[in-house]
Amino acid sequence: MYRYVARRCLQALLALLVLSAVVFGLVRLTGDPTLLMLPEDASAEDIARLRRALGLDRPLPVQYWIFLRNALQGDFGRSIRGQVPVRDLIAERFPYSLRLAAASFAITLLLAVPLGVLAAVYKGSWLDRLAQVVAVLGQSLPMFWVGILLIQVFAVQLRLLPSGGTGSVAHYVLPAFTLGWWLVAGIMRLLRSSMLEVLDSEFVKLARLKGLSEARVIWKHALRNALIPVVTFGGIYLAVLITAAILVETVFAWPGLGRLVYEAIVFRDFPVVQAVVLLTAALVIVSSLVVDILYAYLDPRIRYG
Amino acid sequence: MAEAVLEVEDLHTYFFNRRGVLKAVDGVSFTLYRGETLGLVGESGCGKSMTALSIVRLVPRPAARIVRGQVRLRGEDLLAKSEREMRQVRGRRIAMILQDPQASLNPVFTIGNQLVEAFAVQRRWPRRRLWTLAAEALRHVKVPEAARRLYDFPHQLSGGMKQRVVGAIALAGAPEVLIADEPTTALDVTIQLQFLRLLKELQAETQMAMLFITHDFGIVARLCDRVAVMYAGRIVEQGPVRAVFRQPAHPYTQALMASVPRLDVKVDTLATIEGQPPALDALPEGCRFAPRCPYVERRCQQAYPPMVPLQADHAAACWRLEG
Ligand SMILES: Nc1ncnc2c1ncn2[C@@H]1O[C@H](COP(=O)(O)OP(=O)(O)OP(=O)(O)O)[C@@H](O)[C@H]1O
Ligand SMILES: [Mg+2]
Repeated sequence: MYRYVARRCLQALLALLVLSAVVFGLVRLTGDPTLLMLPEDASAEDIARLRRALGLDRPLPVQYWIFLRNALQGDFGRSIRGQVPVRDLIAERFPYSLRLAAASFAITLLLAVPLGVLAAVYKGSWLDRLAQVVAVLGQSLPMFWVGILLIQVFAVQLRLLPSGGTGSVAHYVLPAFTLGWWLVAGIMRLLRSSMLEVLDSEFVKLARLKGLSEARVIWKHALRNALIPVVTFGGIYLAVLITAAILVETVFAWPGLGRLVYEAIVFRDFPVVQAVVLLTAALVIVSSLVVDILYAYLDPRIRYG
Repeated sequence: MAEAVLEVEDLHTYFFNRRGVLKAVDGVSFTLYRGETLGLVGESGCGKSMTALSIVRLVPRPAARIVRGQVRLRGEDLLAKSEREMRQVRGRRIAMILQDPQASLNPVFTIGNQLVEAFAVQRRWPRRRLWTLAAEALRHVKVPEAARRLYDFPHQLSGGMKQRVVGAIALAGAPEVLIADEPTTALDVTIQLQFLRLLKELQAETQMAMLFITHDFGIVARLCDRVAVMYAGRIVEQGPVRAVFRQPAHPYTQALMASVPRLDVKVDTLATIEGQPPALDALPEGCRFAPRCPYVERRCQQAYPPMVPLQADHAAACWRLEG
């Protein structure tokens, strides 16, 4: 287990390194940033001075090393638009995104796991059919449309919930559900089909033969096995979730990273875009690392490979 | 030896699907006595496993249903019991070793965890004591280094060891009836024989009644007291092993005997039976063996023959025996 975890951590580190190099390279490819930073009529001398100040006159490997060192210290330069350190912008916005993600993830676990299990156990029942409808809608309706629809119904017509912004728990409900619905749909369907397969297995039959209660058979023996493929795919969902958050944050005026990067793109604020890209990609790598460790924890055949 | 433990009477278990009804078990009757071993033999797909699963009421839901019949455990009708009451029966009074021991263990839990669970359903003991009990149980089925094996996961054990673990789980409740569904292929023949011998040894201690499900007449000859021959959902012949081997009465049993290499005699040519067993969702009228039977008569195709008693406890379902 420790060897496996160590190996995966090393791989993740390597991936992060490659990623940072790619981001570094892409930024160099998009052109000389000094041209963007200085007025159009700047003299060649001005440009050279700025290049020196920014360290752009040094060899590329040295530049990369400095970039890496700065990035590790959380220094991503200054935002072009606001002239504030990018780090401060991210520090301000990131917690909002994290909280929204946590809320939608909690909704997902609370709904998808019981729904997926019960849909499989009571296959063909009204509950199963209802779950199917929820799943199909959740996966086929565009997320921004769901968001707008929820605002229309619950905020505008019923006046039950705020349509956007932050402040209270009520503010979380609509964006978290918009984001969560899609996740619930995906995870529930996965879990249902893997549960169906597992419920048909010999070891579930043996568990019943022992005289165990049906609850124990389902929630211990079947679920633990059914979760394995779900966790594998869960990693992919998590990655998609991070991008989906941009949409939802924009619809609900949620001041998170998604909104930040949206604004930055609109205003061509490259340092911010670069930092957020780096950060989200790192998040994806780290979450896939967590998923793999969880996977190994769930499946001893991996743990003791 | 006349103490009946398990009586199965006129058991019918059908599969219902869009194409129709598949009669996997279609009127099976037999009795298991205390301390004896009954062999249930028959070709693949004739309904042996379904018979066993019907006894513990674990046929695949909702596709299959026990339609008719009685299963009595010391006189109590199991088919009338609630699901809750059946849980008291499973594991404690009737245990079963499934056909595929490799797949019977849950891959994500340790052997110890799965074994302890079998003990924990019957006694609320502290975990430590249950764990000791589990190690003891593994030792009982001759698993080497039992205490250490408890911490292993199923994939770390060999096929033969897994089967022993499954055996230990089955025996955990000191059952009155043990059903052992023999693996068709997976295991090596000698390992299989070793395992069944071990079960026989344990039977001598507890006097449990055993039902061995097998394809192998060699196993029946060596380990069983009585044998029931099954064909297309029905038992066609039943009796003491000696009697059935010496004088097989049903044409199907005769053909089987002829096609099985005898233990003591070298057979160069196998007399095989022409044709295939009938599909269980399109059974012929009358005797199911009629299409393949060399002695087929008019009445065979009209009505199913009754079980005709021959000698003490030996009976076969064939019109010719009626005279
Ligand atoms: N889940 C199922 N759905 C539909 N039909 C089934 C199912 N399981 C078994 N059957 C049918 O029921 C019949 C009896 O099956 P059963 O498993 O009892 O055979 P068996 O005698 O144990 O065979 P084997 O020696 O190969 O184990 C078979 O013809 C099979 O086609
Ligand atoms: Mg079988």
